[in-house]
Amino acid sequence: MKIVTVAFKNLNRKKIRSFLTIGGVSIAVAVLVSLLGFDAGYQRALGNDIDKMGYQVLVTAKGCPYEAATLMLKGGGGLRYMEQAVYDKIVKDPRIDRITPQLAATEFDKDRQGGQGGIALYMGIDKSYLELKPWSKFKSGAWFSGDDADEAIMGYEVAEFEQRLPGDEIFIPNLNKVLKVVGIFERTGTQDDGVIFMPLKATQRIFDLPGKLTGIGIKLKDIGTISDFEETLYNEPGIQVISMAQVKGTIFNLVASAKVMTNSIALIAVLIALIGVINTILMSVFERTKEIGVMKAIGASRFDIFKIIWMETTLVCVIGGFTGDIIAILGTNIVEHILRQVLPYAPGGKLVFITPLLLVGSFIGALAAGLFAGIYPAFRASSMRPVEAIRLGD
Amino acid sequence: MDNILIKAEKISKVYRLPAEEIRAVQEITLDIRSGEFIAIMGPSGSGKTTLLDILGCLDKVSGGKLRVLGKDVSALKENSLVNMRCRNIGFVFQDFLLIPTLTALENVELPLLFARMPQEHKKAKELLKRVGLERRLNHLPKEMSGGERQRVAIARALVTSPKLLLADEPTGNLDTKSGQGIFDIFRDLNQKDGLTIVLTTHNLRLGSQAGRIIYLKDGRSVSREESSICV
Repeated sequence: MKIVTVAFKNLNRKKIRSFLTIGGVSIAVAVLVSLLGFDAGYQRALGNDIDKMGYQVLVTAKGCPYEAATLMLKGGGGLRYMEQAVYDKIVKDPRIDRITPQLAATEFDKDRQGGQGGIALYMGIDKSYLELKPWSKFKSGAWFSGDDADEAIMGYEVAEFEQRLPGDEIFIPNLNKVLKVVGIFERTGTQDDGVIFMPLKATQRIFDLPGKLTGIGIKLKDIGTISDFEETLYNEPGIQVISMAQVKGTIFNLVASAKVMTNSIALIAVLIALIGVINTILMSVFERTKEIGVMKAIGASRFDIFKIIWMETTLVCVIGGFTGDIIAILGTNIVEHILRQVLPYAPGGKLVFITPLLLVGSFIGALAAGLFAGIYPAFRASSMRPVEAIRLGD
Repeated sequence: MDNILIKAEKISKVYRLPAEEIRAVQEITLDIRSGEFIAIMGPSGSGKTTLLDILGCLDKVSGGKLRVLGKDVSALKENSLVNMRCRNIGFVFQDFLLIPTLTALENVELPLLFARMPQEHKKAKELLKRVGLERRLNHLPKEMSGGERQRVAIARALVTSPKLLLADEPTGNLDTKSGQGIFDIFRDLNQKDGLTIVLTTHNLRLGSQAGRIIYLKDGRSVSREESSICV
């Protein structure tokens, strides 16, 4: 027989109590894994979104939200426009490798998000868009038939959501305009999956924005010239120049602040579970005062008793940590679904990114917490004097 | 002199409570020789259990000198006392005090775990067989009668091959037949194995079957006449 057998059999004595305590640890570990997974996944997905914009520099009208996240947070409003003449001027710069004009427009669609309503994002583009985003492939259908056609190419997710196929029609709410779906992009794991693309000229016409753009995406021949290039554009009035590296930095700073909060919540969950474990094991020690006295009488040293109680706490936390990891893995899709419902803007790709390292780390964390939580109950038990424990234990 | 296992000289035990002092054991002097079968008798509160606890190194004396297996135990630290109990002294309690979550076999194996003697695993089975419980190895205490539980407790006390077996009212919670059965096991262990046994009992019929009786009254060792025990 081994110490672990004695410890395990004791946990098995009060099944419901042990189950609830292990359940508490499992939930705390699952919350910890999910939150840390969300931290990592959200940052990764955002970074991916930004990297997959395909351009290093974005030129927008001053004050215009340049990123879908910001746009959504503003309720789809706040768009500002610049003249297409800016594009015509910049496009001649020899340092540019590729360039694409864009016109974003939004409409409130009351049928979105299960009837709660949401923002539909339309993006006017021309063929240069695909040159900047070579990974944008057609799942079905093809490019627009003309620059001014009343047609749409849908991002993967929005097409899935609205259950549209090439040949179907979509309706732009509030404008009473019908577009013919000519293509659907494959999933890119970016914000593009939620966008309805239209020919640039048609977008300008339908949304009554002739000669207007919201953004110009630019990829340079040599990334080393980016500072010089930005410097040139700063002199242009009414526009702002955003480098994607800068965007990434700003967003990641914001995410870092949110991280502090989510990590605090995870820490509180772990602390509550730990207090639960200490309380349970301590109760169990007091209930077994007589048994501990007997064990000492038949030869158990202080260290033997310490080991038995410590082992019980460790078992609770190890089993809790393991099941918590499994719950976190199995619950990823549910958490992801809930987050997508709750978040005003959720980037494409996986929002909760659980790595083996995170699982192992959380498990080791639970084990360490168990070893720590077991110290006091184990010390109390091992300090009992055999005669007193046997007499007072009734 | 060599065969003296325990030598007590004027040992006493005082419990100091906020309102009073309780002199549980007062100036008792006794020698216990190897192979003896001793019954400690006396009315409730006479100090029998306290004396047994002291002799078994479970409790320390407040005064006097106590040598167990040649060692002055009043000077020993807790670890040394644990070692003394672990290898040399077996305990049997009135209410059996088995670990309820462990089977009969596991209860008997438990002292081996503490004594770091896992190789003696077979001995646990042999002892349970000797006390007539070979068919109860995997039963939990709650699935056994009082007499069977006490036999498990005896096997547990013997598994580390102690030199001394101490039993506190081992038949106190048993009916007459079971009590006699347990007592017969003790007598057998003493006569066949030469094991030194010290037990406390209220039962004069059983006590009188021991080789020697020590009478206690108010914590003192007294003669049979003074002890108020009626035959």
